[in-house]
Amino acid sequence: MRTRLIPALLALAGFAACQPEEFTEAEKATIASLSLTALPPLPADTTNRVADDAAAAAFGATLFFEQRLSRDGTVACATCHLVDRQFQDDRPRSVGLAMTDRRAMPLAGVARSPFLFWDGRKDSLWAQALGPLEDAREHGGTRAAYAHFIANAFGDRYERIFGRLPDLSGVPAAASPLGSDAEKAAWQAMPDDKKREIDTVFANLGKAIAAFERTIVHQPTRFDRFADAIAAGKAPEGDAALSEQEVYGLRLFIGRASCVTCHNGPRFTDDHFHNTGVSPVDGLPEDTGRAAGTEKVLADPFNCLGAYRDGSAEACGELRFMVRQSEELERAFKTPSLRGAAARPPYMHSGQIATLADVVDHYVRAPASVSGHSELKPLKMSDKERAALIAFLGTLAE
Amino acid sequence: MNRRSVAFILLAIAIALAVGVIGYGMMMTPPDDLDLSRSKASAKGLFAVAVAPEKEPLEQGPLHNWILTLKTPDGVPVEGATIAVGGGMPQHGHGLPTQPQATAYLGEGRYRIEGVRFNMSGWWEFKFDIKAAAGDDSVVFNLTL
Repeated sequence: MRTRLIPALLALAGFAACQPEEFTEAEKATIASLSLTALPPLPADTTNRVADDAAAAAFGATLFFEQRLSRDGTVACATCHLVDRQFQDDRPRSVGLAMTDRRAMPLAGVARSPFLFWDGRKDSLWAQALGPLEDAREHGGTRAAYAHFIANAFGDRYERIFGRLPDLSGVPAAASPLGSDAEKAAWQAMPDDKKREIDTVFANLGKAIAAFERTIVHQPTRFDRFADAIAAGKAPEGDAALSEQEVYGLRLFIGRASCVTCHNGPRFTDDHFHNTGVSPVDGLPEDTGRAAGTEKVLADPFNCLGAYRDGSAEACGELRFMVRQSEELERAFKTPSLRGAAARPPYMHSGQIATLADVVDHYVRAPASVSGHSELKPLKMSDKERAALIAFLGTLAE
Repeated sequence: MNRRSVAFILLAIAIALAVGVIGYGMMMTPPDDLDLSRSKASAKGLFAVAVAPEKEPLEQGPLHNWILTLKTPDGVPVEGATIAVGGGMPQHGHGLPTQPQATAYLGEGRYRIEGVRFNMSGWWEFKFDIKAAAGDDSVVFNLTL
């Protein structure tokens, strides 16, 4: 009997593995929820009155690639967000005027994130764009210098979108509350109404850049075609087909490996912050992640509750109802989208992990965090299962 | 120990292992007998509490509001209550991703709870600590997404 049973079992197993329609109804629903087809339309951003203005988006694109928006004329947004590299730079830590502490994030779908940066220290896309412009290791410039530059190089384009530029005749060539000691002193010496005028120009640059970035979206992948076929009750064929190994990886992803717990929805992210026990990089200052990020976003004059928001404060729910104090914020970092991730090593907020195989190994081992508590629990996973998960991630990158 | 009992023990071990593996795999599924009712008495019985999302269907992801209706056990609306909101995912050991607040009293014992988000699928607890003239009490609702 035994000799007859084994071939029968093998045939049954082979049959099941080749039949994607064998997914349970719950699995099908989860698979459909991950497809780009399930992505709702991009919500309006009422805090940025030019968010969906074509002229502003075009101006924002110009600014995005403009190296003169930096201290020495060598750094643009596009320096670290490379247009042909998913708007990231393949480096563990980005290099503007100097090496930063963090990995550049890709930009597809970025307009859907309630909080920006790995630690969520900005609460809108337009406020985010202002951070690197004045960071000493990124663009390294000052808002006063940028206002002068815009007036000289792009006055007409700016004024067609945002109205009259302020009188800059008494404004120092370089001044910012975040600059060098001399730049800070120059800023402090300016009258308050002039500071507000410069801050308004600065915020408008962010709003134009954000209008451009809102147009950067994910492209459908082989996984999306597969998921749409499954949802429609059709057999995925041709460029919608997944190999047996990829389907196995998908089952693990939405099942036992629990990846989908945080990497959920069509962007494969819950837009939240988690401590996953990723080690700090030797030599970098202490990085508490979201714990510091919440304090920074609350203190940011360009946050949603600040003076530079357009529209009403009704749009500020994310900031108003943000968790401000919790152990869970310690060393928590944003869940990145996994779309395209297979094609953009290295991984984690400071590029700590070189390959996807090492990332899977990290999740299997679930090491303790140096501070706070990792949310991960150790997994048992065979080499075959690890390879399947990695194969599945590849279907999100082609 | 005869052959039969050895076989029996081996079978028992195999079943235990299989159940263990299944249990491990299903670790994150909510318990079957979870009370999912959206209206119940508070822990000490001081209040009858009902909750509902302001808009159905309840969605995973977006920030949204709930309405909590607070009454005495005999059905009289409770006004002027202070309500603190908490909760989390018992199987993951973490709290809510946002800090919701009771932001408005809408009359007839109804309070608006703003700033709610459920960022993961699974079993969530939604807790309310209530202070009112009748005393302090709390209530926990279970939700599954």
